[in-house]
Amino acid sequence: MIRVVAPVVTRIRAFGPVAARIVAALFGGYALAALSGVAVLALPVSKLQAVIAGMLASFLIWAGAVVWVFAARSAARAWAGLLIAAAPLLAAAWSVW
Amino acid sequence: MNEETRVKTDQTPRPAGRGFRPSMSELHTWVGLLLGWVLYAMFLTGTVSYFKDELSQWMRPEMPHRAAVPDRAEAAQRIADELAAIAPGTAQWSLRLPDARTNSVYAFWRVPSAGPGQRAFDEANFDPATGGKVTARDTQGGDFFYRFHFQFHYMPVVWGRWLAGAAAMFMLMAIISGVITHKKIFVDFFTFRWGKGQRSWLDAHNALSVFGLPFHAMITYTGLVTLMAMYMPWGEQAAFREPAERRAYTAELSVFIQPGKPDGVPAPLASVAEMVRQAGERWGHDNVGRVTATHPGDTAARVAVARGEAGRVSMSPQYMEFDGATGRLLQIREGVGAAAETRGVLYALHLGRFSDTVTRWLYFLVSAMGTAMVGTGLVMWTVKRRQKLPDPERPHMGFRAVERLNIASIAGLSVAMTAFLWSNRLLPETLAARADWEIHTFFIVWALTLVHAVLRPAGRAWVEQLWAAAALLALLPVLNAVMTPRPLWHSLAAGDAVFVGMDLMCWALAALHGVLAMRTARHRATLRPAARPARPAVAGGVLREG
Repeated sequence: MIRVVAPVVTRIRAFGPVAARIVAALFGGYALAALSGVAVLALPVSKLQAVIAGMLASFLIWAGAVVWVFAARSAARAWAGLLIAAAPLLAAAWSVW
Repeated sequence: MNEETRVKTDQTPRPAGRGFRPSMSELHTWVGLLLGWVLYAMFLTGTVSYFKDELSQWMRPEMPHRAAVPDRAEAAQRIADELAAIAPGTAQWSLRLPDARTNSVYAFWRVPSAGPGQRAFDEANFDPATGGKVTARDTQGGDFFYRFHFQFHYMPVVWGRWLAGAAAMFMLMAIISGVITHKKIFVDFFTFRWGKGQRSWLDAHNALSVFGLPFHAMITYTGLVTLMAMYMPWGEQAAFREPAERRAYTAELSVFIQPGKPDGVPAPLASVAEMVRQAGERWGHDNVGRVTATHPGDTAARVAVARGEAGRVSMSPQYMEFDGATGRLLQIREGVGAAAETRGVLYALHLGRFSDTVTRWLYFLVSAMGTAMVGTGLVMWTVKRRQKLPDPERPHMGFRAVERLNIASIAGLSVAMTAFLWSNRLLPETLAARADWEIHTFFIVWALTLVHAVLRPAGRAWVEQLWAAAALLALLPVLNAVMTPRPLWHSLAAGDAVFVGMDLMCWALAALHGVLAMRTARHRATLRPAARPARPAVAGGVLREG
């Protein structure tokens, strides 16, 4: 039994952090980009232009997030970095939603 | 794969010196591979789409070559009259006026009283000289490659566009991580080592990437921008709650004026020709691009005549809006806000419709380099790993899958795209759903190349498919000469640049594929005996760039 399960567990343990990073890059990165697209409305400029500027910037923010996620020392730090970046954006987005 | 993932995990201690750059190198490798095949197809179909109008002309050989552009105002009037007859009561129609690159007028309109589940829009090509629908063979023309480029086929448009967006985002990551990985960017550009296996592939990949880097970065980012409202709708949804706000937002982005409420009082549409002339006086008579009408035939009708794309690198809406019933000029829109204008410029950079002939060829060539960049990257994935395989004669499943998919998606795509053009000349004109069958031919042939790639030894499959593409391309002008009354000598005499250019391009591309086939064949012949003793040395060497 152990013989069968052990390699599977090893593989999951080996792949877990990578999976965590992939999820962080795909969904965490998208969420951060989407959040910044709303947070930009808190800026004192025309709503119309802010929305468009937010969309234009969002892909670069996403790209930056992906670089961070794979460059961070560990998966946990990668996620923590995303959350720290999201906090002020969330506050700004909250004020306009 | 196993080895690769284990290196990436956090549980195992990081090998000494493993930092930012190696992690970006790995990101580059996997991001590039995962959607590499999709990206290659997007890049190649996008590249040929810079000539989609010319392709469409070639694919409708019944439409005669026109040396001069017909009077736009008259053409607009004819087609407006025709639309009034075939789509009475439509809420909106829009037509693209003829220009030097088109000999037909593409128009679409809202289907009046389309029930749920029915198509909301209909479309057709019109003859600017008569106003009637084009009677040429049923084909999507170059628009097939154009649409495939960002929404694929056989799937809902929305899914296709999300897939294209995901691929573009992967491309953006591949570019960023590629640049970070590549530290000697300038030196390597002047380095090329022929016939050195992996080293040569890497050099080719680097040269192609670095030379076109500004273009590749631009085209990837601007590609995302073209569909950004779909990918990132959150700001828009948070900001605009009132219909008026939403209309103002649409007006910043789109040249298509949106239908409001009809009055229900019939009134014939005023002279569209006159409106086009007024716009022509402002922007130049050869620089009026599009006419859109809402509720034509109603007293609430509006007509927008848009400025063309020549002389400005921007897709931002610029148009004159007229009262459709009286023909009175209501407003001239010639500017949008700063962010909207930025978006307009980025959008225009992607489509390159502002280009003159020389610029369009530059677009085509650099974009072809981008295609080759993706292609060499994909090939390198296998070349690099083949040397590390425990037994190169019997590679594992994942390696074999990548190897075979590479063949079908690179060499096979050339075969399939050319087969699409062959089907345009060969399918009978009376065939029902003929345009669809041209597209089915493309996919059937593409699928067959995959079957072939799986069944044949990899090296031979490459050579055979490259030769197949070369042969199909080389014989296409011959087929054209047999099947249409417009052979090369005829086109030359008539000064028909589109048909001449098409025939010559086919031969140039045939030569390219022939050279690639010969090089691949020779490479295999010389590599096989030599590779064996050399392998341990290579496998032990440091292969990772950076």
